Amino acid sequence: MVLITPFIAGWLALFIGAFNVSPVMVLKILLNDIIQSPYLSNIPERAIILDIRLPRVILAGLVGIALSGSGVTLQGIFRNPLVDPFILGISAGAALGCALSVGFFPQIPVQLTSFVFGVAAVILTYTISSTQGEVSRLPLILSGVIISAFFTAMVSIVKFLVEPHKLQSIVFWLMGSFSLSDWRLVKIAGAGIIAGLLPVFLMRWRLNAMSMGEDEAKTLGVNVRREMIIFIGASSLAVSIAVSVSGIIGWVGLMVPHLVRMLIGPDHKTLVPLSMAGGAAFMIFADTIARSLTDFDIPVGIITAIVGAPFFVYLMKKGGRESWGR
Amino acid sequence: MLEVKGIHFRHQHLEEDVLKGVEFDAVGGEITTLLGPNGSGKTTVFKCIAGLWKPQRGEILFNKKDISNLPYEKRAKMLAIVPQEHEPPFPYSVLDAVLMGRVSHVSLFSSPSKYDYFKAEEAIESVGISHLKEKAYTRVSGGERQLVLIARALAQEAPVMLLDEPTSHLDFRNQVIVLNKIKEIARYKGLIVLMTLHDPNLAMLFSDKVVMMNNGHVISKGFPQEVITEDNLKSVYMIDVSVINWCGKKFICPRINQSKDKIIPAKVRIQMHDKILI
Repeated sequence: MVLITPFIAGWLALFIGAFNVSPVMVLKILLNDIIQSPYLSNIPERAIILDIRLPRVILAGLVGIALSGSGVTLQGIFRNPLVDPFILGISAGAALGCALSVGFFPQIPVQLTSFVFGVAAVILTYTISSTQGEVSRLPLILSGVIISAFFTAMVSIVKFLVEPHKLQSIVFWLMGSFSLSDWRLVKIAGAGIIAGLLPVFLMRWRLNAMSMGEDEAKTLGVNVRREMIIFIGASSLAVSIAVSVSGIIGWVGLMVPHLVRMLIGPDHKTLVPLSMAGGAAFMIFADTIARSLTDFDIPVGIITAIVGAPFFVYLMKKGGRESWGR
Repeated sequence: MLEVKGIHFRHQHLEEDVLKGVEFDAVGGEITTLLGPNGSGKTTVFKCIAGLWKPQRGEILFNKKDISNLPYEKRAKMLAIVPQEHEPPFPYSVLDAVLMGRVSHVSLFSSPSKYDYFKAEEAIESVGISHLKEKAYTRVSGGERQLVLIARALAQEAPVMLLDEPTSHLDFRNQVIVLNKIKEIARYKGLIVLMTLHDPNLAMLFSDKVVMMNNGHVISKGFPQEVITEDNLKSVYMIDVSVINWCGKKFICPRINQSKDKIIPAKVRIQMHDKILI
């Protein structure tokens, strides 16, 4: 059931918007393009659906998959349901990349700098935590906090130095938005996110054993060091790509896996795919609200928090203490 | 046969060896118990056998082959470990928890097969908790959870099973249930079972061989009746104990020090003293 929600959300998202297109028309246009008939090819609806809304919906879905998929992975590795995909400093790194690009190097695209700095932040976090040989959870989280703090301070310096209109676009980017979506971004994000999350998806069952803690995972026969590098590397790649095309969208990577866990239980074999699907659906849904609620394109990060927080509270009350894993 | 040959272990940065030439062996179908006070090195021996810590000297042999440098994936097919009760991060179902024992049999990029499920269910059945299969293993009793972990070790299909304090968090009834189950498994599956215990009485009742440790040394090893003696217990635990023979079995009873309690009248105190000596 959860697996088809992204498609329902996507279809809904296609006919909701400033320009009214009927649900039937959406289906007609999509079908027409699949069978490539010339009929209906020159109406404005077609351009709106295929060139504006569809790439945006797909991009939102992809980013949702990336954030939620890596959220659930890192929660498993760190044995903590409160971990989000930004815990290793990706968001702070990407933010600095964006700030530098907007502030000082406008000739380099924001997507590139934020990706490079996001990845650099994770690598730094990993290197710092592994100075004592073995990489384990607590040092990783601590280094993530340190790196985040450091990069955030650098972002503040840039913000302080740049002109006000540039400051505005940095701030806007940091709130996360899909307003710049086009097919080119969809291709980049699609390739990166699928490449990143494929190993996670294939290895998902092993997260069960990984979540038992390092020593226990080792005695069960897990090559903890190797698998930790794969899981962290793969999910960091996916998240960095997601952040580079959409800015920093909070809440999804923390909340969606948690919600899915409450609904279907903690077994990663089903939890990972369903979290990915749920993340896509939630992100498409949130983005649709963001662009159609008012005449402005509200940053979607604001919507995810506004929609997410109360829903989370509701489920928490309903599920009671048990759903928290105790 | 599992042989531990003269292992020495020292933590980085520390001066003194934790293990000073520990040597013993354990054979299939029998329960070998490591007995000793806190800090005697039992758990360190376990961690060395499990491969989590590397001994600086000595070797650990399984069927005459040195296993101290095996990678974890291969070691898991030889050694299954039942940890002391742990705080589980997520409420996995009993079946999912036991299935984790198959991780060394499932290749990196795939999920468990029908056969792996079959093995997990078989293990659950053999410890007698099939009725709990779908339950969250965070919501079963301490004794049942210990059985879940034992089933997980069985699903691993390793010839050696290590149990670290399998009874330490259990009440009286569950201690007996779990230890009986372990004995049954050792007998029927012919596993080499090595466990650590705190309680000399339980060690006396349930083990085939006992290795008594103190301060990083093996003090004595052999049959329980020969190892768990008054003299050995006194020297290791530094308290006064009596070993009582009753119906062909031996029981250990600590002598209670009552000389310092001044509230009890002298007469009563002497009577109590006599009772305990009997």
